[in-house]
Amino acid sequence: MPYLLLLPGFLFLFTFFILPIVNLAQTSTQTPIAGGDTGQNEQTFHFANYVNAFTDNKEQFARSFVFALLATILALAIAYPLAYAIAFKAGKLKNLLLVLVVAPFFVSFLLRTVAWKQILGEEGFVVPTLRNFGIISQSTTLTSTSFAVVMGMTYNFLPFMTLPLYASLERIDPRTMEASGDLYANGITTFRKVTLPLSMPGVVAGTLLTFIPAAGDYVNAAILGSPNTKMIGNVIESRYFKIVDYPTAAALSFTLMAAILILVTIYIRKAGTEELV
Amino acid sequence: MSNQKDASIPTIPAKARLSRWFGRNLIRIYAVFGFTYLFIPVLYTFAFSFNDSGKSNLVWKGFTLNNWKNPCGAPEVCSALGNSIKIGLLATTFATILGTMIAFAIGRYAFKGRSTSNLLIFLPMATPEIVLGASLLSLFLVFHINPGFWPTVIAHVMFCISFVVVTVKARIASLDPRLEQAAMDLYANELETFRRVTLPLVAPGIAGAALLAFSLSFDDFIITNFNSGTLTTFPKFVYVSAARGIPAQANVIGSAMFMLALILVIAGQFVGRKVKVAK
Repeated sequence: MPYLLLLPGFLFLFTFFILPIVNLAQTSTQTPIAGGDTGQNEQTFHFANYVNAFTDNKEQFARSFVFALLATILALAIAYPLAYAIAFKAGKLKNLLLVLVVAPFFVSFLLRTVAWKQILGEEGFVVPTLRNFGIISQSTTLTSTSFAVVMGMTYNFLPFMTLPLYASLERIDPRTMEASGDLYANGITTFRKVTLPLSMPGVVAGTLLTFIPAAGDYVNAAILGSPNTKMIGNVIESRYFKIVDYPTAAALSFTLMAAILILVTIYIRKAGTEELV
Repeated sequence: MSNQKDASIPTIPAKARLSRWFGRNLIRIYAVFGFTYLFIPVLYTFAFSFNDSGKSNLVWKGFTLNNWKNPCGAPEVCSALGNSIKIGLLATTFATILGTMIAFAIGRYAFKGRSTSNLLIFLPMATPEIVLGASLLSLFLVFHINPGFWPTVIAHVMFCISFVVVTVKARIASLDPRLEQAAMDLYANELETFRRVTLPLVAPGIAGAALLAFSLSFDDFIITNFNSGTLTTFPKFVYVSAARGIPAQANVIGSAMFMLALILVIAGQFVGRKVKVAK
């Protein structure tokens, strides 16, 4: 009976998830057919594709992981107090605030990103205000910078951080915190020794759900960035559509996936033990 | 009692009182800033849906209701929206059916290969979208299938299944097994128990999963961009027109979707509360 229920779904995932990944691995070691059209390749087990793909795009790889890490840290810093406030300080407003925290993400992802581009752009209200107060110089812009890309990613992946955090904070019995206070722990100690450790599952889930899509993202870099802020996603996209170099694109995709899986495994192992706490 | 209290207040200097108030309300003040940050782009999108902008919606030129009266006024915007809705409904239907079946299998039975099944469900969620999109496109190209409407639907079903499984599984795990046992005790057979007890109890989870699948599908850009070829969806339309400024009609559609989703969620909570009270 369970196998019968699994069959259609797994057949689908096998055909359209596993098979494509295997095919991607094959494509990644192909080379163009001599004298063939663009995009025609043959299998030559040319593993040097990986070396070339990586050495040519070291910078973009590094940038992807640094940007994703920064966005994850910023999202955690913004989302944790928000989730905490909703879980413990909102009283009757809890459900309403929970809806409000997710609501902005009902506006299409692309529209939100374009809105940030315009808000931070030359015609927006932020740049002239900051210039008037002398906080940034007359020639400083906010769009087409690393700042804008990281900010856009932080914003766009925020619900993936907030919801798991809220879910794990909400499950904490407030009496455990009261008990800590009764035992003469001050607010900071209570947070460090009781609340934070108990909310770790949410922190782990939230950081993973933010980091993974952020590392592979290219929309924020394309809309809010410049050619100098290109991430690995931008390279893969242009290899596919503009240069029609499938083997390199496949090698890059595979390297990205492998790097993320390795990082995630190490992270889960670390976070699973008490070291992080 | 009240006298004592009055007497004690002036002994605390105003400065200390202020800092104490700050300390106690710090998290609330932070939350207000947090919500402001969250809503800035929403308010911006909403405000600029009323902009009398002509073709490029970059600078405020004056208030108008014309964009709302004629949301299809800009070329292609409504056909893109139509495509997104069609793809979203089809993908949601297939993903919800397939995902719910898997969730019941994993949530209800102990069988050989259960942990492998869990891994197969987790992997698509741990794979960056660009890898999912690119690998699927490679497969379609090998079989000489041109990207377009159906390849996009297939791609969306593929990445939505895992989210449906996770959502429905959580609901199944929270069921009280005694309810089904009670049905069996009252001579209901397995099928009747499933139809009249289990399914109605899991239904909110399935509905939630379907809503999640639709919103993921509707909002997806990266995987769609790889597999849709020349077909335009709403996010693709926004992306392509972003360079020269998106038309105000796109803001109208975005704002309308926002309000629709908000109403749905609030109505859902209201119904949920009523059910709880009725119990």
